Amino acid sequence: MKAKHTIAVLVENKPGVLARVAGLFARRGYNIESLSVGVTESSDLSRMTIVVEGDERVVEQVTKQLNKQIDVIKVSHMEPHETVNRELALFKIAVEPHERGEIMHLVEIFRGRIVDVGTKTMIIEVTGDEDKISAMHQLLKKYTIKEMVRTGVISMVRGPKILKSEKEE
Amino acid sequence: MEKISGAKAVVECLKKEGVEVIFGIPGGANMPIYDELFSSDIRHILARHEQGAVHMAEGYARASGKVGVCMATSGPGATNLITGIADAYMDSVPLICITGQVPTQFVGTDAFQETDVVGITTPITKHNYLVKNIQDLPRVFKDAFHIATTGRPGPVVIDLPKDVLNDRFEFYYPENVHLRGYKPTYRGHPLMVKKAAELIMRAESPVIVAGGGVIISGATEELITLAEMTMTPVATTLMGKGAIPENHPLSLGMVGMHGSKYANYAVMEADLIIAVGVRFTDRTTGRYETWAPNAKKIHIDIDPAEIGKNIEVDVPIVGDAKSVLRDIIKRLSPKINKEWVERVNQLKQSYPFTFEDSEDEIKPQYVIKKLNEIVPDAIVTTEVGQNQMWSAMFWRALKPRTFITSGGLAAMGFGFPAALGAKVARPEEVVIDIAGDGSFVMTCQELATSITEDIPIIVAILNNGYLGMVRQWQQIFHEGRYSEVDLGGVPDFVKLAEAYGAEGIRVTRKEDVEDAIKEALKNDVTTVIDFVVSREENVLPMVPPGMPITQILDEKSIKPVRGKVRPKPGVRKREGERRMEIEEREEGAEVMEE
Repeated sequence: MKAKHTIAVLVENKPGVLARVAGLFARRGYNIESLSVGVTESSDLSRMTIVVEGDERVVEQVTKQLNKQIDVIKVSHMEPHETVNRELALFKIAVEPHERGEIMHLVEIFRGRIVDVGTKTMIIEVTGDEDKISAMHQLLKKYTIKEMVRTGVISMVRGPKILKSEKEE
Repeated sequence: MEKISGAKAVVECLKKEGVEVIFGIPGGANMPIYDELFSSDIRHILARHEQGAVHMAEGYARASGKVGVCMATSGPGATNLITGIADAYMDSVPLICITGQVPTQFVGTDAFQETDVVGITTPITKHNYLVKNIQDLPRVFKDAFHIATTGRPGPVVIDLPKDVLNDRFEFYYPENVHLRGYKPTYRGHPLMVKKAAELIMRAESPVIVAGGGVIISGATEELITLAEMTMTPVATTLMGKGAIPENHPLSLGMVGMHGSKYANYAVMEADLIIAVGVRFTDRTTGRYETWAPNAKKIHIDIDPAEIGKNIEVDVPIVGDAKSVLRDIIKRLSPKINKEWVERVNQLKQSYPFTFEDSEDEIKPQYVIKKLNEIVPDAIVTTEVGQNQMWSAMFWRALKPRTFITSGGLAAMGFGFPAALGAKVARPEEVVIDIAGDGSFVMTCQELATSITEDIPIIVAILNNGYLGMVRQWQQIFHEGRYSEVDLGGVPDFVKLAEAYGAEGIRVTRKEDVEDAIKEALKNDVTTVIDFVVSREENVLPMVPPGMPITQILDEKSIKPVRGKVRPKPGVRKREGERRMEIEEREEGAEVMEE
């Protein structure tokens, strides 16, 4: 059954690693829904969170192919009920002065923040799981969304379990 | 401590890794390395095209089990390696490819002879490196050799900018590798091994399918033990040829598109498949979901990504073939499935593996059988196409690493340089490239290398004047429209050989085949034998692509189609003897009138 799967990938923090991983997805025909990457608690490691769409077989192949990469240290399939997933989105909305109050109220409900206010626009920051961001997006469609940026999901397992290279464990 | 250059360090690294021979071509960016090689003990073989160099390195690696090393300059030198790198990746050949690169300050500026070698080779290498700092150079070499030769072997590219080669530092060579993202699994999981052994003991009609992994792992002895202990017949893939001696009573030869009928039927009737070191390509399985439908499947492979990729398996075992087979054997007791042994023998008798010989012309299969009869212990390389499949069918490989072919990539032009590499690795053996006239011309410039480097081999061209496998498919699937497959009867291979200082022999009569081979064996230079064979011979049996492997075409099921060719302007003008000869032949293609 096709579904979205979140995969956390611990990689060497070296130039070209992102290109290797992205290239792997492209040439094997896997669809990346989102990909985010950044440094980790160890400066020599980067962590990618990749959301991929496909059935179990695709996810298995993706995981195996990622593991084959020399610069990939650990691959973990993140189960939704065991993980905290977060994404950050910025929306630039065209706003008339009389609409400001309404929007601020809306943002408050979503525990978002208004991070920039201009004479004609506003930037809203929202953090949450994918559904929350999408809900916010839906509501803001009532106004004119001039721009939207999303970071892609990052994911972490609840409880004491951590993603680590075997050697360090 | 004395400082040395990056180029000198490269040579030192190669020495530390025990490299004895390199295949390559110098150019602007890698000249510093060549300057160091000038006074080094490492043998360098000067190829005439980088594709030749990399295929030689592959042939060397495949024949010896050692790592092959090749070298090219930046830009075109590096891009000319691509076919060989891709080939090594597909067939899991350990290679180190060292490429020169423009100086680091020019990298990314589209400088003269610059290409993004790491970018281009990423999808076709096990790993690759661009060394931007001389301090990283020894570590990169240490890791690269480790990666290329362990686990599932493969090619590793090291791209070296010229300024790094000229820079100086205090050389050291690391003792150990620390690759936290790379730890191949060699031992099979005990639970899976136990399950496999149980399935084998319970099976009533098992078949072993052995692939290239058995040869890489050196697991021939274990494979034969397993087969003999349980009286299990062994089919091989193309890459697995030689994993079991093909004159062994339990050998079924090759399975798949051009497999023996009895191998294909046995696989399809089996209740258990023990697949060892195979990738289950479409050429082996035909349509995936129809393959061995009644069988439980055990799949042993060192690359976890191969397991479950194409074929669903019941018992996956990640590990080295030799180690896993040993563990399985420990859990077995001798047994025999009498009915199954009889059934397989009956299949062998009902569908004998033959071809229709002729007295009037030379059949390509006859040439291969004769070669095999006269030099059964030779190392054979093949080109790609009909010559390759006939070799796979009619050459009986008796030992591992004696049948060397471009399996996964199927790169025309592979066989000849690979033969030279194999001969360098094992100079005491007779090495024969069984070639097609189409493939051979793709790398025949390496005749120069074979002469100047004194690497005498035999090239046996099965010359049918066609790109034969394409012609065969056009005959079967395109109503005989022979589109762009007629090679026009050029070149004159005898003259070509002689132009390079090699020997050339042309054989047009069946009775001269044997003498020509014997004469070639006496020569101490490379000898090209141009066997003018029957033009329209097909590789049969054959399973059409995408079909179950029981849908086998043979001589009876192919309706004779008279092929049509569009003659090339030059051929018409020349009105060469060969063309006349072709037109006169009854079974030859009909020449279309304009």
